[in-house]
Amino acid sequence: MKNNLRVLLNGFVKENPVFVLLLGTCPTLATTTSVVSALAMGLAAAAVLICSNAAISLLRKIIPDKVRIPAYIVIIAGFVTVVQMLMEAYLPSLYEMLGVYLALIVVNCIVLGRAEMFASKNTVGASILDGAGMGLGFTLALLCMAIVREVFGAGSFAGMEIPFISDYTVPILVSPPGGFFVFGVLIALVSALGKKPVKEEFGCEGCPNASLCKGECGKEKA
Amino acid sequence: MLKNLVIILMASVLVNNYVLSRFLGVCPFLGVSKKLDQAAGMGAAVIFVMLVATAATWPIYTYLLSPKYEYLQTIVFILVIAALVQFVEIVLKKYIPALHKSLGIYLPLITTNCAVLGVTLNNITDGYGFLESMVSSLGAGLGFLLAMVLFAGVRGKMEGAEIPKAFKGIPITLIAASIVSMSFYGFASVIENMFA
Repeated sequence: MKNNLRVLLNGFVKENPVFVLLLGTCPTLATTTSVVSALAMGLAAAAVLICSNAAISLLRKIIPDKVRIPAYIVIIAGFVTVVQMLMEAYLPSLYEMLGVYLALIVVNCIVLGRAEMFASKNTVGASILDGAGMGLGFTLALLCMAIVREVFGAGSFAGMEIPFISDYTVPILVSPPGGFFVFGVLIALVSALGKKPVKEEFGCEGCPNASLCKGECGKEKA
Repeated sequence: MLKNLVIILMASVLVNNYVLSRFLGVCPFLGVSKKLDQAAGMGAAVIFVMLVATAATWPIYTYLLSPKYEYLQTIVFILVIAALVQFVEIVLKKYIPALHKSLGIYLPLITTNCAVLGVTLNNITDGYGFLESMVSSLGAGLGFLLAMVLFAGVRGKMEGAEIPKAFKGIPITLIAASIVSMSFYGFASVIENMFA
């Protein structure tokens, strides 16, 4: 039981996929201009992550090792399509807002990375917990980014205007350059507050392509 | 017609730059931009794969999936791209080993690059025809190459700089990316007035 809790909490803080593992940077930058879209993106990704982790863990003994990456991609793409269809039907305004980024959950490194690193080696229960922890950690990180960007960039929170702050907004925070800037400052903050320094490079650890390129991209770098 | 194509090309290179304003393909942008030659190699590989992927996915969508099986778009596109990248790698290895040597290691990385899937999906959403789609993919690829090369230059300058401890590594890279992105921000009104 204690172990299960640790798997769940791991994704929140110690191995936060965005701020510590540095995965899934694209949606982190693109969908955090408002709190609502960040929350929607985070929860959509979490739903896909939980389902795909469960399915891949169930099939882990059946999928041949050689074709496992394409097999994972098909499973993930299937769940992404399900989420897309559900959102289009019941939350059309959010579907419009997220646009192409919803479909791009397929190539989100977090989802594929967890399939490769966790779900393919662990039991179904643990994989679901891992998916939930990572998904919620992702949502949490997106929310942190979005709160900074929306409150100080647009002077509102989830669409509601905040008095006083809305008179002194910094509009560049909601623009693309502001996205990079806020992300950089938040990672610096995490590394200043945490005991362990944030890793210095985008390395092969955690990269779902690592098995394909066999560390060659890292070798080239050195 | 030609004017339209030029506008699409310029817009996707400068204004809607895939990396710096749409945030697609940020991982390779930050990861492989440490040296100029690597950045250029990766950029060239991305242009190549984007063009091949668009040439394959546009007809598949228009003649096979539309209008009955549109919901299969995501699954089919990612599979086609993954298969194509593998296929291209095998062909290059066999027939043009020199090119394989320079682009080869970047090809597998591109399979799960969101910029490639993103550009094929965007072409469909924007309602482009085949030629327009190819031009927009070329623009997206060129924009990626431009951003990579510029950013590699910026990172080269940072090497000797003294940086606060907490900002070392990734954070300062992101701040630099923010400044590079700001320079592209200025292009927004250029396209609108280019042919006015």
